[in-house]
This record gives sequence, C-alpha cells and structure tokens, in this order.
Amino acid sequence: MSEYSARDADDVSVGIVEKKFYTFGGGVNQSLVLESGAKIGPVTVAYETYGQLSPAKDNAVLVLHALSGDCHVAGYYSKADTKPGWWENMVGPGKGIDTDRYFVICASILGSCGGTTGPSSTNPATGQPYGLDFPVVTVGDMVAVQRKLLDHLGVEKLLAVVGGSLGGMQALEWSLRYPDRVAGVIALATTMRHSALAIAFNEIARQAIMTDPNWNKGHYYGGPKPDTGLAVARMIGHVTYLSDEAMRRKFGRRLQGKEAFSFQFDIDFEVESYLRHQGNKFVARFDANSFLYVTKAADYFDLERRGGAGSAVEAFATARSRFLVVSFTSDWLYPTYQSKELVRALKKNGLNVSFCEIKADCGHDAFLIPNKRLSSLIGNFLEQTRDESRF
Amino acid sequence: MKADFKSADTSPAMRFDLSVIASWIEPGSKVLDLGCGEGDLLHCLKQQKGVRGTGIEMVEAKVLRCIEKGLSVLQGDITEEVQDYAENTFDYVILSQTLQQVYAPAQLLNSLLTIGRRVVVSFPNFTHWKNRWQLVWQGRAPLSKQLPFEWYNTPNIRVIAIIDFRRFVKKMGWRIVRETAINTDHHDHHGNVVRLLPNLRATYGIFMLAKKKEKK
Repeated sequence: MSEYSARDADDVSVGIVEKKFYTFGGGVNQSLVLESGAKIGPVTVAYETYGQLSPAKDNAVLVLHALSGDCHVAGYYSKADTKPGWWENMVGPGKGIDTDRYFVICASILGSCGGTTGPSSTNPATGQPYGLDFPVVTVGDMVAVQRKLLDHLGVEKLLAVVGGSLGGMQALEWSLRYPDRVAGVIALATTMRHSALAIAFNEIARQAIMTDPNWNKGHYYGGPKPDTGLAVARMIGHVTYLSDEAMRRKFGRRLQGKEAFSFQFDIDFEVESYLRHQGNKFVARFDANSFLYVTKAADYFDLERRGGAGSAVEAFATARSRFLVVSFTSDWLYPTYQSKELVRALKKNGLNVSFCEIKADCGHDAFLIPNKRLSSLIGNFLEQTRDESRF
Repeated sequence: MKADFKSADTSPAMRFDLSVIASWIEPGSKVLDLGCGEGDLLHCLKQQKGVRGTGIEMVEAKVLRCIEKGLSVLQGDITEEVQDYAENTFDYVILSQTLQQVYAPAQLLNSLLTIGRRVVVSFPNFTHWKNRWQLVWQGRAPLSKQLPFEWYNTPNIRVIAIIDFRRFVKKMGWRIVRETAINTDHHDHHGNVVRLLPNLRATYGIFMLAKKKEKK
C-alpha cells in the first residue's frame, strides 16, 4: 500500500514525527490472553500520534492500518526523509483528518513487522525470534492491544475509529468490543466477513511464501530469507488491489523497453515489470512470517460468526456508534455488495449510518489514493460526530 | 399552521411543496426522506425542528452534499433500501415528487406504511387545466414546468391525478390523515394552497397517509 505514499501536492504535512513504543504484559500473570486462548507477553506497541489531545479529551481519532501498513500514517522521520507516511494525503493540517483539530493515533498491529510484537520479535522463552511459535492472532486481538495503548495514553473515549480494508475490519471490531468508547466508525473498502475469493488469494500468497525453500518453517531469521515467496505473495496481493480498468489504463499490453516479443521468459510486458518491481520493493520492508499471520487474521474475520447465531444483525446489537461506510465501484476484493450487507445489518439495528459508493477506477486501493470526495466525506463525518458526540 | 409555514419557508432554496411538507412534521420526530436530493428538506427539519433524519439518494454527488450538511444519508435505490427497516422505525416517511416514477407504487407505499407511522407523498397533478388544454386543444402530450419531459425522455411512468390518488388510497384501505393541493412552479419556493377545484387548478397534490388501524 505504501507505494502511494507521496509528498502532499501542496506540501502540507504534520512535519517531523516520531515513532514511540509502549510495552505491557511483561509481569507474572500479566500476559495478554488471545482469542485462541494462547497467552503472549510482554507486548510492545509501536505507535505515532499527531495533533494535540484536547483538555476535555474528546478529539481523539484512532487510525487503523491495513495489511502492509504500519503506524507511520503521516509526516516524515527527519528533514532528509523523502517518503511520508502512508496516508499523508488524508492526515495533516486542514486535511480530511485534520490534525489541527483532532488528536490522531495509529499503532502498528499485533503480528505485523512495524515495531509492534510479531513473529520477528524475540521470544522471551528462547531468546530467539518467535517464528511460527508466535501465536495466531485475530483482528479482535489487534484491537485489544490498541485498547491497552489508549489506556496508557489516558484516552478513554474515541471520537472516531477510521480504517480501510483490514483497518476497516478493526474499526468494526472496535464498535462491537468497546461500544461505549467509540462515537464514530468510518469503515472504508471493507467487509464484515472475508469472502472465499479473498481467502483464496491470501492462501495462494501464503503458499508462495511457505513453498520458498528459504522459508524453512518460519526459521529464517539470521539466514537467507524467503524473498522470492514474499515477492510473489505481494504480486498476487497487488493484482487484487487494482482493477481490470486500472490495469488497462496503466499498462494495457504495452511492452517493457522493447518493440517485439522476446520469445523468452524475460519480462515482455510493462505489467510484468511493474509487479516484479513491487514484489522486490516489498521484501525490503516486510517480514514473510508477518504476512502469514496478518492474512490469517483477515481470513478469520467474520462478524456473522461472532454474532453467535450466524447473524450480522445480531452481531451489531450491542453497537452504539454512528457509522460511515464507503465502498469503491471498482473494488473487486471487497465489492460494494459487501459494504451494503454491512449497512443493512446496521440499519436493522436502528443505528445511525451513512453510506456512499465512490466512483473510482483504481480498485480496492482507491481509499489510499488522494480523493477530494473521500477527504470531504471523512472530514464532514468527523465534524458531525463531534457536534453530536455523547462525550 | 401558518406560523409553521413561515418558519419552514426561510430557507431560500427550498421548494414550496417541501415547505408545506416541513410544516406537517412534528418537532423531534424521526424522518426518512426518500430521494432526498441534496438534503434541503432534512437539513431544514433538523435545524428548525430538531428532527432526526435519514435520507436515501441515488446520486453520489448529492450524497456528498448531504454529508457536508451533517445529515445521515444512504446511497441507493429507494425500493431496495426501504426493505431493511423494522416496523415503525420512523414517525414520517417522505416521498416527494417521485411517486410518478415508481414501478410498483402500491407495493412501495405499503412498505413505507410499515416502516413509518405516517407517509407523506407529493406528486405532480397530471389533470391541471394547462395539461388538459394542451391535450384537448393542441392535441399534444402535456409539457409543463411540473412535467417538463418529452415522451421519449421522461422518467415519469405514471400519470397521477389528485382524485385518482384519493380513490387509490381508499381502494388500498389506507387512511388520508391530511391533504393539500398547491399551485407552484417546480424549483420555485413560492406558491399557494388551492382550495377550490384542486384537481383542475393545482400543480401538486400532497397527502399524509396512515394505515387504517393505528398500531400501538
């Protein structure tokens, strides 16, 4: 996702930011109990914050990142840093999520490799990286960790939780786990339950990693890494984030630096070159085991099952927040009908919900790309939530 | 009632039929506005009467305008969207100037009377004298400010007259709680109530409907 992160067109930014860390659960009997029943501790959370928490503590907005993102949402780490955070176009002074008005928090998710405890972290029991000894985590576990961080920061209530894709799943989970702590939920390009199509793509990506000889059942730290497998996994993922239309527009059948077919298995087409480039770029910044854990968490996500009787309507019976649900016309990973199912469940619970399907040809990734309509929707929804907020 | 008219009419962009409808809505009630456009009516009701409203609108740009105004709005088709609400979710469901485009009006109104205690409907009166004049003396399908379309591009698939609508409501076993007829131009926020010969002289009919028996 971070291939979209680019300097703001008007060069407006939160400026220099700092990645911070908070560790909990290190003491005896203080480990975090996961949904699977497994325990883990200590847990370190990497996070960033922008803007100021108001004296009434009523302006906190929690941003939730997707599969390959991290807590670096906006700004730069130094003056020499050329690449801002992944949602630089949305988060900053005067932007959709206005850091002049809101206190913005984002934490790297549990199991990821963005500084929060994950499979590449040291297992206190062995002194070695966890590898596959890291317990399988869920979206609910990610949210439980975020809640711990908020307690630490002294943020009791959230004006809103905002996320796209896997981040949207976390946002929905927040509204169910801690209904009284969240006034507004913004769920972008997301779903209540991972579809067979989405699970299938994740499984192909995981197989690419696990069949790489370097993967070595997850014990590759300190040796050669399963870079080929991870790069292929990224290539698959990347295709699902685009759309037929976007790929036609971006690449068509254009050849890469040649006039005719090579009649070999080198790169012929631009699209091949692009995917290989994306794959190779990704291995430099992402851990293969984290990819396995985080995609598994997404696959397990199913609010209907969580609702008990297999009903999405019942799942939201305890929700109290107001909702903004946004889908994108060309998103084939989490198509509009899935957002509509979510909206239907919210309506049937008498919850306050707004829904908009934004016309965009860039597929699932549309929520990451600068879009005035999306910024306006989010900005106005936050403002209205603040006006109506019960806090 | 007059005072209400006045207060509802302060919004400069609001259509006259919407001002009339606004005057019928009780303060603090829960309202669903079908085909809410840019949310003029809901915004006015929210500001002036503390109404909790939701709009349904098909066009993305209009949905964005509604959210800019701080309204709750769902992008979608009204016949689909109204299916998802529980019985009596709303105090009022409003269907303004859309009935003439609905494929199954009896079915739709029945759904609306289920999800709302009251349904407010407004529609262009096809038997206005100017329309009759064009049909009889010019021998042409009527074209007017209220019915501005040619036969080949009209979205209107129903021809509704005020007296026909009354008969329809009776036949369906519903109740007319309130009705009025107005003379106005489309998009013009000026108009007047027509009391004498409304079926001939009114450009729009506005009705408030309920089911025969009140459900407690």
